[in-house]
Amino acid sequence: MPFKITIAETDERFPCREDQNVLAAMERLGREGIPVGCRGGGCGICRVQVVGEAKFRTLKMSRAQVTESDLARGICLACKLIPESDLTVKPLGELRQIMGSSLHMSHSRT
Amino acid sequence: MSFNGVMRPGHCSIRVMELEPALTHYVERMGLIKTGEDDQGRVYLKAWDEHDCFSIVLREADAPGMDYMGFKVHSTADLDRFEADLRAYGCEVERIAAGELKGCGHRIRFEIPSGHQIELYAEKDYLGNGLGRRNPEAWPEGLKGMQVNRYDHCLLYGPNIPDNADLFMTVLGFDLTERIVTPDDVMIVAFLSCSNKAHDIAFVDHPEPNKFHHASFLLNSWEEILRASDIMGMHQIPIDIGPTRHGITRGQTVYFFDPSGNRNEVFCGDYTWYPDREPITWDAEEIGKAIFYHDRKLNENFLSVVT
Repeated sequence: MPFKITIAETDERFPCREDQNVLAAMERLGREGIPVGCRGGGCGICRVQVVGEAKFRTLKMSRAQVTESDLARGICLACKLIPESDLTVKPLGELRQIMGSSLHMSHSRT
Repeated sequence: MSFNGVMRPGHCSIRVMELEPALTHYVERMGLIKTGEDDQGRVYLKAWDEHDCFSIVLREADAPGMDYMGFKVHSTADLDRFEADLRAYGCEVERIAAGELKGCGHRIRFEIPSGHQIELYAEKDYLGNGLGRRNPEAWPEGLKGMQVNRYDHCLLYGPNIPDNADLFMTVLGFDLTERIVTPDDVMIVAFLSCSNKAHDIAFVDHPEPNKFHHASFLLNSWEEILRASDIMGMHQIPIDIGPTRHGITRGQTVYFFDPSGNRNEVFCGDYTWYPDREPITWDAEEIGKAIFYHDRKLNENFLSVVT
């Protein structure tokens, strides 16, 4: 039986198998809500926080993106997040918000 | 044309979070050949048509990204001259003893204004491309996966792009081949060549220093790019974008990710550069076309997904 993943705020719901990561489960069904980056635990774009009561495990993630104390608060990368119960996740997307290079700004204006 | 000074990108040390899946990716899927390992656990790889004993170094670490990129210079006299010129320019230069990388002669390392570590070296052990140097065949049998020909260039993200370009041009003798400028004429993207290629290294303006956008590997044809993309489909390798064409360099390309989230490119078909040319300039409002010629728009990931 797949677990039910809920995206906080948008209330988007999709199933995720116990051998699948949350990001891949979302992408395969064409669902949205968590930004997709490298899909390898490296870039930090898909940072989420697991909220409420939940059981899950994570695979290896970049320490530059997720610290031990982040993980203790349920913060992790959705591409390395494997559910062991139904989960509610809140996308953090901090990296995008700090994007401020002149290239990005000039691109955004067009 | 004659080669002097800096000849080509010679190596790139890439951090991976787990060595085993990284080796499956770089060796079985991309077709690099493992040529050695050292007592620090680093693994040395080369593409088949490279003659020196390694070009890619994989180092297991807790965060992905690039440790440093190294360029091979023509002679030890060139290396000594660059060391003096870099110091005179104001760079701090570190000397690294021969053998610290297995098979590589002594290197000099310095930090550029974007925060990246760049190295120069003059000597690396010869291994050959498997075909010999007398009456060779056209290609070796038994290559794996995408069968990449060579490590070709890197695209790096960081601040101070005009200062980077000045250092590479003034001290290291590179040519600026293409650039993207803002309406007030600030260079935010620089493509630089030390050779006949449209780029040997490129930089994109980014607030965070020392970020790695991709390492690129050469293929022979559009057909081979499609075949490489098929291999990505076959083995669930995440594709970032493509196959498509770049406006800048006119290269044909597909971007994808290694298992630690480092971006790779396989590409072909850029133009031949000569040093009597003037650089090509792209206006920032045309950046979509400059980067992805068909869609003529940037995907957000090109700007924000780096390691």
